[in-house]
Amino acid sequence: MRDGRALRAVVALALMGGVVLPILAGFAQTARAAFGVLPAIGAVDWSLAPWHQLMELPGFGTSLRLTLVTGVGSTVAALALAAGFCALLHGRISQGAMGRLLMPFLAAPHAALAIGLAFLLAPSGWIARMVSPWLTGWERPPDLATVNDGWGLALIVGLLIKEVPFLLLVMGSALGQLPVRQHLAAGRALGYARGVVWVKVILPQVYPLIRLPIFIVLAFALSVVDMAIILGPSNPPTLAVAIIRWFSAPDTGLILPASAAALLQAGVVAAAIGAWILAEGGARCVGRWWLRRGGRGHRAEPGLWAAGSVVMGLMALGALALVSLLVWSFAWRWSFPQALPQSWSLKAWMTPGSGWGRALEATVVIGVAATLASLVLAVAWLEGEDRARRGRAGWAQALIYLPLLVPQIGFLYGLNVLFLTIGISGGMLAVIWAQMLFVFPYVMIALSDPWRALDPHHLRAAAALGAGPWRRLVAVKLPMLVRPLMVAAAIGFAVSVAQYLPTLFMGAGRIATLTTEAVTLASGSDRRVVGVYAVLQAGLPFLAYGAALLVPAIVYRNRRGLLGGAV
Amino acid sequence: MSLELDGVCVGPKGAPPLFSAITLRVEPGEVAALMGPSGIGKSTLLDAIGGHLAHGFVVTGSVRLNGRDVLPLPAEARRIGVLFQDAMLFPHLSVGDNLAFGLSPAVRGAARRAAVDTALDQAGLAGFAARDPATLSGGQRARAALMRALLAEPEALLLDEPFSRLDAELRAEIRGFAFEHLRLRGIPGLLVTHDASDAEAAGGVVVNL
Repeated sequence: MRDGRALRAVVALALMGGVVLPILAGFAQTARAAFGVLPAIGAVDWSLAPWHQLMELPGFGTSLRLTLVTGVGSTVAALALAAGFCALLHGRISQGAMGRLLMPFLAAPHAALAIGLAFLLAPSGWIARMVSPWLTGWERPPDLATVNDGWGLALIVGLLIKEVPFLLLVMGSALGQLPVRQHLAAGRALGYARGVVWVKVILPQVYPLIRLPIFIVLAFALSVVDMAIILGPSNPPTLAVAIIRWFSAPDTGLILPASAAALLQAGVVAAAIGAWILAEGGARCVGRWWLRRGGRGHRAEPGLWAAGSVVMGLMALGALALVSLLVWSFAWRWSFPQALPQSWSLKAWMTPGSGWGRALEATVVIGVAATLASLVLAVAWLEGEDRARRGRAGWAQALIYLPLLVPQIGFLYGLNVLFLTIGISGGMLAVIWAQMLFVFPYVMIALSDPWRALDPHHLRAAAALGAGPWRRLVAVKLPMLVRPLMVAAAIGFAVSVAQYLPTLFMGAGRIATLTTEAVTLASGSDRRVVGVYAVLQAGLPFLAYGAALLVPAIVYRNRRGLLGGAV
Repeated sequence: MSLELDGVCVGPKGAPPLFSAITLRVEPGEVAALMGPSGIGKSTLLDAIGGHLAHGFVVTGSVRLNGRDVLPLPAEARRIGVLFQDAMLFPHLSVGDNLAFGLSPAVRGAARRAAVDTALDQAGLAGFAARDPATLSGGQRARAALMRALLAEPEALLLDEPFSRLDAELRAEIRGFAFEHLRLRGIPGLLVTHDASDAEAAGGVVVNL
């Protein structure tokens, strides 16, 4: 018991000191700069001038509008599409098949997918090449803004390809907790169409279980940077991208309005979540009215089919985007309207010294370190809960999700300023730690449920056989949880590989990972080189997921009791 | 060797106990039976005796095992074995490693293997040491779980409806096997059951909660 308390205290302290305090300190620093105080550049007087300056920056209003349209629009669309797809397919394909279908989209980092989409959708992209000139008559790339379009449509498509599978995943696990079959049978026996039972009966039960992931998606879509640089409108860009530009502009006078904008970015996310919660109330009223009318809704089925086909279309686009990365990285001569390269080459792959070798190394080192440290912390936390024999407190749950809900840009720049003052900026350790802020929550989310689902009778049996708490952990719990531990590690590694802003800011530009390099090169560099970076960036998470499935299957090839059930 | 319960009450903290205080003495080799409707707290009482109570539950009174007061001790120091409804063999270990799990570390090397082999032999599972527990039949699992518990040399054994998943014929066989071992080794047993035939076969005191 006392042991448990000590362990919990250590973990709580590590999280307070490692997560909450730095985020608060980073925000404080950003807020000070937003109101005119940043001694490092000689600004010492409190004032509202940075805000006035921000309002007058060219494109500010458009940036704000673009952020709201792409962020809220993509989230609403993702939720609707995921719900429709789920209604259509739930029970018709197995959980395992669904997992395999979603895996590539969950594993692929945003930046790699965005680059692939750009390769695909651009006027000189693969799709245009496939249909030219026989269909379009184009002999040269048309002058169309199919990527970086002024409305942000390409960005919305990119976000949807990542977010719909994520929402499908969380819906799938929420559905596992509900008696879906019985409710469907009961509803259909009362004359409701299958899809309509789903929307009227199942969805209202699923929604509360996936509310938090929806907020995470919303917060992410509103403040995404890497994908918005590659696919989003370029001039003016979305607010988050504009902030990065202002922060890194040669004119240090822009740092103060940029800080104001970073604070505003946090406000935008908070306001959007607030508005979403208000809208939930409205939807509840409308939904109830609709439900009480008692329509059997056979006419709603075509809507579901439409949602289903849009999702399939998005997945096809995503898959083609990933393939196009591979094709470009091996291409040599590939002039416009050829559907495939005229000649192939390994040249881009033969020169790791050109930069991708070191970026790969840095990515792997940072990813492995951040994942292992997060895993140890997560196991310590869960074990502390077990030893104290209690479940998770609400504040602890909130603490885990905090870094996923507050926009990175709101505190990372301020934090970097703070680190610069202390003199620990630009190091590997600072980057690893900053990535852990985002790796740890996902590791925790992936590990919590399987950990709690472990039958406590096994542990009681072990205790009754004389095994103390450490032996129970090492000889019973961890070996029985090898599969979820590996999956959590793979997810953590994938999250780490995909991180852009933490590496950029905390590395102070000195640490180059595959992600930072790929995003930098994405605009206007040789597609063959960009292809190599993006393939590597997307390949690492795939390898990690592969290992997560393979290792337990080999270690436990003779243990049927541990091989059942899908991941 | 005897297990003594003196005025034992269990219940959620700050709420009335689940049942009236229990005083009971189980002699070595004897098996007492606890009966009562579902949900009255029979398993919770076993959890309290074994040291597995969930957070928020309290136990009052005293539990003495061979004169030692065990309530202040953690589960792993009580030397009280348990058998559950499911055998709860560890799925990641072979049958042999499961049995060896509870064996004292003082038993080393060849003696360890010999102890496991002897136990397997007694359970009619000779040659099963390398098997995956998931490939065993229900009756084989129940016997392996009993041998695992006994190899830890417990001073008392708690049986939480361990026979309820078995069909009638197998049930009588496994039950006889378990009680016989307890009697031979002089270990006091406490059995929770719904089934009057279990209580009768135990042959000891029957307490109705």
